[in-house]
Amino acid sequence: MSKTVLIVGTRKGAFLLESDEARRDWQLRGPYCEGWPIYHAIHDPSSGTIYAAGASEWHGASIWRSSDLGETWAQSSEGLSFGEGEGAPKLSKVSGLTAAHGRLFAGAENPGIFQSRDGGETWSLLSSLEGQPGSEAWNDPANQPPGHLGVPAILPHPDDPTRYWAIVQGIGIFETTDDGGSWTPRNRGLRADWPREHDEVGFCVHKLVMSPDTERLYQQNHVGVHRSDDAGQSWNEITEGLPAEFGFAAAAHPHDRDTFYVIPLDPGHTRCMLDGKAAVWRTSDAGSSWTRLANGLPQANAHVGVLREGMAIDGHDEPGVYFGTSTGQLFASADEGESWSEIANYLPAISSVEVAVVD
Amino acid sequence: MADVHLPSTLPPLFPGLTRQLELDAPDVAALLDELDERWPGLRDRLCEPGPEIRRHIHVYVDRERAQLDTALEPRSRVDVITAISGG
Repeated sequence: MSKTVLIVGTRKGAFLLESDEARRDWQLRGPYCEGWPIYHAIHDPSSGTIYAAGASEWHGASIWRSSDLGETWAQSSEGLSFGEGEGAPKLSKVSGLTAAHGRLFAGAENPGIFQSRDGGETWSLLSSLEGQPGSEAWNDPANQPPGHLGVPAILPHPDDPTRYWAIVQGIGIFETTDDGGSWTPRNRGLRADWPREHDEVGFCVHKLVMSPDTERLYQQNHVGVHRSDDAGQSWNEITEGLPAEFGFAAAAHPHDRDTFYVIPLDPGHTRCMLDGKAAVWRTSDAGSSWTRLANGLPQANAHVGVLREGMAIDGHDEPGVYFGTSTGQLFASADEGESWSEIANYLPAISSVEVAVVD
Repeated sequence: MADVHLPSTLPPLFPGLTRQLELDAPDVAALLDELDERWPGLRDRLCEPGPEIRRHIHVYVDRERAQLDTALEPRSRVDVITAISGG
């Protein structure tokens, strides 16, 4: 009998929730990671290990790991550094964890991609995307210490270990096909409502996901929702039909290339659900039309936000969808978003939600 | 031997580490080296590359604010504290 496990990163540690295949009743455990702020926590299906990227205000950035579903934990930041040299960027935060092809990736702030080939015991800098358009600003020592730019996500290609995409906040997507040796901006067709110094970059990509068709990518951008049918080489906007162009979280259906979920938010200072009514929006036709999914979600005074890693979808035949809010509520749907229930409340502010089906 | 007092947030990260211990070291940097030798990775929790003591970690030697090059006497008391931050 398999278990469905939610891995939740919060401002005060990581939490785990377990359920059976029905995904109706959930058991909550935590907090883990000594209450450190956890920006992203994942489950590596190949090893069964949970990894959590955290940054303590006192003790700095480190990556936690548990190989027994949360019973015991260790942490390491060995190698998580841009070096000791004068003017070397400082590493203030890690997030954007990805497990693929027998190794781990972690995105860093300042922008950098670190890898581990020993299960998170040691790390090494794989690329800082040096020389890419826009990098002169993110690597300016006068801007140290960093506070804004980073690599919040790395999207691996499922079949090619040397090919992956990285997001640099406020800059855009870059693709490598030679394991970080070289990079190509992949932002053609995206919109920006602000002046840009370079044609190929200056786009604010919040969340990038891949459909089961590896040529079909989706993204929630600062301005709009976009689809690519050529693995990111070009983008088409599919915002029409949504109540807002702004949002952070997004999820692609694991079995249907045309189905994709977003959570539109007020783009102003609140960055909360619109009109205090919680809703997830789904397209089942690749963005031609959108459906509002709110059955079971609070429809009054729900001034909650969801961050970029705050939504996840599982791999069951009828996938479950999950999202966590920046005010500590966790909602789940076992029927692809048709109906929802609150499965946890009073958690610390939720940074990330991931889901795993384990035997 | 310096009388070393560590914050409560450190022992959970390093099995076997206690909040109070006695170590022989000529200065704060050497003391951190000794701690890191016994509990690999501990130095990173207190220092940033540079090296320099992390912004929200304060080290006192005999009640005086100390830096990495602050010398230790044979019976110095060293307090490592987590400064006020967060919420």
